[in-house]
Order: sequence, then structure tokens, then C-alpha cells
Amino acid sequence: MSTTDLQLANEPQISAPLISIRDLKLHFDLGPDVRAGFRKLPSWMQIALFLVSVFLGGLAGMGIVAMLDRRELFITLVLSSVVALVVGSLVFYFLRAVMVRLVVGKAAHSIVKAVDGVSIDIQRGETLGLVGESGCGKSTLGRAILRLNEPTSGTVFYADRDLAHLSQREMRDHRRHLQIVFQDPYASLNPRMTVGQIVREPLETFKLAKGSAAEQRVQQLLETVGLSKRFSKRYPHEFSGGQRQRIGIARALAVDPEFIVADEPISALDVSIQAQIMNLLQRLQRDKNLTYLFISHDLRAIRHVSDRIAVMYLGKLVEVGAANAIYAEPLMPYTKALISAVPVPDPQIELSRRRIVLEGDVPSPINPPAGCRFHTRCPYRIEACEQVVPPLVEIKPAHFVACIRISPDQPNIESIAPGEAPGLAAASAIN
Amino acid sequence: MTDANDNLLEVRDLRTYFDTDDGEVRAVDGISFTLKRGETLGIVGESGSGKSVTNLSIIRLIPVPPGRIASGEIVFDGVDLLSLKEEEIRKVRGRRIAMIFQDPMTSLNPFMKISRQIMEITRLHLGHSKTEAYEHAIEMLKTVGIPDARTRVDNYPHEFSGGMRQRVMIAMALSCQPELLIADEPTTALDVTIQAQILELIKTLKQATGTSVILITHDLGVVAGMTDHLVVMYAGKIFEQAPTAELFAQSGNPYTKGLLRSVPDPLKEQDELYQIPGLPPDVAHLPPGCPFAPRCYRAEEICTREFPPFVQLAADHFSLCHFAAEVFADSGEPAAAEQVTAR
Repeated sequence: MSTTDLQLANEPQISAPLISIRDLKLHFDLGPDVRAGFRKLPSWMQIALFLVSVFLGGLAGMGIVAMLDRRELFITLVLSSVVALVVGSLVFYFLRAVMVRLVVGKAAHSIVKAVDGVSIDIQRGETLGLVGESGCGKSTLGRAILRLNEPTSGTVFYADRDLAHLSQREMRDHRRHLQIVFQDPYASLNPRMTVGQIVREPLETFKLAKGSAAEQRVQQLLETVGLSKRFSKRYPHEFSGGQRQRIGIARALAVDPEFIVADEPISALDVSIQAQIMNLLQRLQRDKNLTYLFISHDLRAIRHVSDRIAVMYLGKLVEVGAANAIYAEPLMPYTKALISAVPVPDPQIELSRRRIVLEGDVPSPINPPAGCRFHTRCPYRIEACEQVVPPLVEIKPAHFVACIRISPDQPNIESIAPGEAPGLAAASAIN
Repeated sequence: MTDANDNLLEVRDLRTYFDTDDGEVRAVDGISFTLKRGETLGIVGESGSGKSVTNLSIIRLIPVPPGRIASGEIVFDGVDLLSLKEEEIRKVRGRRIAMIFQDPMTSLNPFMKISRQIMEITRLHLGHSKTEAYEHAIEMLKTVGIPDARTRVDNYPHEFSGGMRQRVMIAMALSCQPELLIADEPTTALDVTIQAQILELIKTLKQATGTSVILITHDLGVVAGMTDHLVVMYAGKIFEQAPTAELFAQSGNPYTKGLLRSVPDPLKEQDELYQIPGLPPDVAHLPPGCPFAPRCYRAEEICTREFPPFVQLAADHFSLCHFAAEVFADSGEPAAAEQVTAR
């Protein structure tokens, strides 16, 4: 890590970032929610719809009465009312679906806003740690950058091209430089391919090497990640989780990428193996000048590997800054709670620490809370938090926070008078 | 140790073996520990170290066959659980010893309302009537901090979030006021902020009820703030056993040391992380000597040949190592820290 720091320090700060993400959004459309959409229709339409259904249902019932023998009064009555009910409700459901689709349209859809307006730069040679709780959209953000999930809107600039708007063919050429290491080392390797074939496949896809040259490259890659080259004839199931993760890393390295998204690469591994994989990733970064987006929910690991950290909550970045700054002095209430919740492997510290225990759970990303998305759990919330969406503001040099209750002049939320929101004016100006 | 009545649970020389096609797997191989009333014991180990099998052996939930408890005694409040008949152990299980598992979704019945699942236990063990049990279930949900308990009690498990489900599990486990609560990785499947909630909850409930707790986990950070005593397991054996503060301050075992140093400290900036080389062993094919020898920085020829002794280092501090005294005295860094390799 120290070498990387040095390189970063020596580089002129004006150098363009490797990847520049602007207002990236990725929404998953779960389709129309007809029931919720119906409530959004104007009330006269709702009533009209209901009356039409009752009328048509009644008509069908009368038809039955007219058709049947009047003397069997009971059967006629039962049958006609059943038909009226069935026809009426079918008409109602059909018309409701049609009307919602026509009138309310997209507004009736349940949309998971997995990534909702993320802007961040990733500098060459750095490790950007992306941290957040499950369901906050951190993996989706990583996948959106590589277009493994199609972004809904926004731009991802890499090498002067907007990745988000490239054609599939153009994107494929860029994939050579952008690779990913997946979380689950069991699911991300094809069980029917040998390790050699797995690592070799990207070489052949991108026509980088053939025949014995490819063979040599595979062996060299296996050694780079700390595996014996004898392993190339074996199958993934013969390996432990940590070894499989090494295979996944070798596959990502095969094409000599510049940028690697490491999506929870250590979460599925044992403690003693986690350290091995973290060290391996750091060594490779030094040797090959790689840039990482390191995604993890493990706050201890992420601090260890990252130069800068971005904290994500329900699809938005809430705090971005140098790893040390974020841990030494978290500014956003959510980050404060997150960091205080990390168990420290030291009984003395654990006993004397003050832990901020948040109430409740992370809200659903379908129709997330308005205003600041964290306001439902925030101990410092005020009324304005429920309306104003806080922008990421540079509160301290290179330390960005999304919270209207603090400002560059008053960065410490604990020393701010109750009810005051020094960042509100700036936030309102942007909104 | 002085007064036998202080000890709620004594495990003596427990051996749980499994007969597999691959030969006999000694998942737990001769472990002993005691748990005093009102104390919390942490069992730490990596996957396959035998920590969960220990827990299942205590409550006699080992599937037989292929498993069998080859030898040992599990003395709970003066009675050897291994000598009890199936009907007798059932009166202990859930009533006096309760469990929480890692994954609350798979340990709750998805087809039953929460209320019925909690009522089932108290009606069976405490002989509650239907209304008594129902009210008790609501009371328990309130105790574990589930808001709006009266309506939530009639929900199904899928209607709860992961953290809430774990709360329900804790409510179920504590509904008969057990003397011993075994929590097997209770927070591993949860997010950090939810993990903090659950750990705080277990801590406060333990203080309120005086229940003894066995906390099984792979996370040294979790046990640091939660436990009084620690047992470190590796390959089915206890490698080190000590009061928590003592073990963190001065460990007498190379494995524990390595484990402690391979976890990044969130409060400090570190250079390269210490890593234990190699892989956890295959318990079915253990080497003749110390099972940790191939990965150990301190290993010498004797380690691969002879099984190490269980050395007493302090009043309550034991370590399984040929060089325990030396490792214990050497409070400095492990010698191999500098020559970290990628392997």
C-alpha cells in the first residue's frame, strides 16, 4: 500500500481520472403494479370504471335470467348472480389493467432504484472501496460500470469514451481493460472446464495468444496468483474457496486489464484465507499498476485495502473520502453508526467503546424514502431531511458528505444546535 | 473451578466422529471445557474446525449414523447429557438449553405463523394454555425489541427482515428462560448495523436473565466484546483456552497469534497484513503430528512427528503447542511476519 500511496502523491493531482462516473442510474423495472397504479387514477375515472364493470356484470346476469326457465327461480337467481359477479370482476380487472397502462403508464411501475444518481471519479492506480449494507446497490454499481447490467441513464467515461453508451461490439473491445472478480468462487467458475481452460478462455476470446504461447501464459498467470502450474489440468471442484478465488483472479488478469471490479472477493472465505487474498490483490496492484473498485460490506477489510472509500446507502453515495479520514472522523450519521458498529478484535477497546445502534432496518429500495434516504433511521433527523435530497458536498478537503445538517464551516453534527441545518441553503440551491 | 456448583456445563474429553466413505472423520477430537453460571464462552474457529459439531454434540443433535459420540462426558448441571434417554434429553433441549442458528430463515418454519412457533415451545415445556402461550409470545417479542409485537406475532417468517427474524429466533430460544443459550454464528448472515443490534440485544438479555451463553463464531471482533472465556479450535482440537482479555493480550499459541494478526484492525492503519500460509487441513486426513504444523511459523521437526502437549501457561490459560511457553513469553511479533509470501 505504501508504494501506491507514494505513486499517488507523486502524480500531479490534475491528471485525469481513469474512470469518471456521472449521475449513473440503474433502475430495475419490476413491471406495473396495477393496484397501486389504480390509486393514482383520477377519482372520476375510478368511479366510472367501477360503474361500467357493475353495469356489464349486471347485463350478463340479466342475460342469464332471460335465457333460463323462469320457473326454476332459485337456480336462476344463483346462476345469474354468479355470472354477474364473475363477468363484472373480470371486466373490472381487465379495464383496470388497461386504464392503468394507458393513463398512469410508467408511474405505476415498481422500480428498484438500485443505483440512483452516482457520480465519482476513480483515479489511476488507486483502490476505491465501496461499502454499504446488503441491498444498497454497491454490487449493481460495479456491474453497471462494466455494463454487466445495463445502466438506465448517466455516463461512465473511460479512455475518452462513454462506456454507458457504447454498442455491444465496441463494449466488448473495452472489456479487455475492465475485468471483474466475483464474490462466489463456487458459482463463477464453469465446473466442466479445467483451470487451464478457464484462465485461457479470455486469451482466446481477445486473440491475445494461441497454442503453446497461451499455455505458457496460463502457467505464468497461475504462478502469479500463487497456484502451482500443475493445477491447470484439474477442475474447479478440486479446489478450496481461497484457491478458486485465486483462479478467478488469474482469469481476470489474463487480458492485462487496467481496472478490476473486485465484487466482495473475500466474503465467502475463511478468516485466515481472507488475509491471503487481500495481500495477493495488493501485491498485484503494485506489480501491475492496477486500479481497483473494491466492493465489500466488511468494514475492516475495506479500510485495509482502500485508499479512498465511498459509502453507499440505498442507491446513493452518502460519504466519499480518504480511507483514513473516513475512519478517523466519519461525518455523515450513517457512516458514524456503521464504523462504530464494527467489532474491534481487542477486548479493552470493545468494553470502552460507544456504539451507535441504529433503529430499524434498511428500507426497501422500491419506492425509497423521500428526501434523505437515511432519515428513517437517523438519530439527527429534522423535518427538512424528509423533503430535501442532500447533495454530496465537499465538507473538508477531498471529503464529501451528503447531509444537510452539516456544512464546511460546521462539519461536526454533534456540535450543531438542534433543528439547525447549515447545509440546507446549499442543498436547496442545487435542487 | 473451586466450587463444582458454579459450573453449569462441563465438557470432558468429548470425541465426535463421523464415518464417511473417506474414512473416519474426527470432527471433534478430545475437547474439554467448563462454563460457569452467568458466563459467556466464545468458541472461535474457521470452517471445519469442529465448533458447530461441538455445539450439536452438547444438545445431542448429531445425526447417528454417520455420526457418533465416541467418548466423553457432557455434564450439564450435574447430569451427564450423554447418559440421558431420548425422551429425557428432549426435556432439556429447548427448555434448559436453547439454540440460535446462523440462518434464521432455514430454522423457522415458513408455513407457520410466528405465534404458533413460539407457542409450540411454551405449551410443550411450560404447559401453558393457548391464551397464556399467546400472551407470552407477545411478551417475548416485546422483550427482543420487535415493534408492534401484538400484530407482528401473527405474521409469517417471510414477512420479517433478516435482523427481525434473528430477533424472533432469540425470542423463541429465550421463551422458556433457559439456563444455557448456544448461539451458533448468530450474526454472520446479518449486516453490520443489524449485527450490532443483535449483539447488544444478546448482551442486555443475558444481563437481565442471567443466562449463560456459548457464542460460536469465526469473528474475533465479535467475541472480543462479548465473552469472558475463549476456546480456539482448529482441526477438531482445542488449540488455546483462556480468559478473553488474557488471550488477546498475550496468546500462547502460534495459530491464535496468526489469526489475531490476520484480521485488519479498523482503528489502525496497517501495512501488509500478516497471513497464515496454506489451507485449513482436511480433517479426514490429518498429519501425524500437530495438525497446524504445515502452516506454522514456529514449526520444527518434532511438530510433524509428535502430537503437541496441552500446556498450562497461567491459572486458566492452556495452549496446545510444543513451544507454548516460548510463544507465550515472546509477546513480540511472530518471526515469520517479515517473510510473507503469497502462497
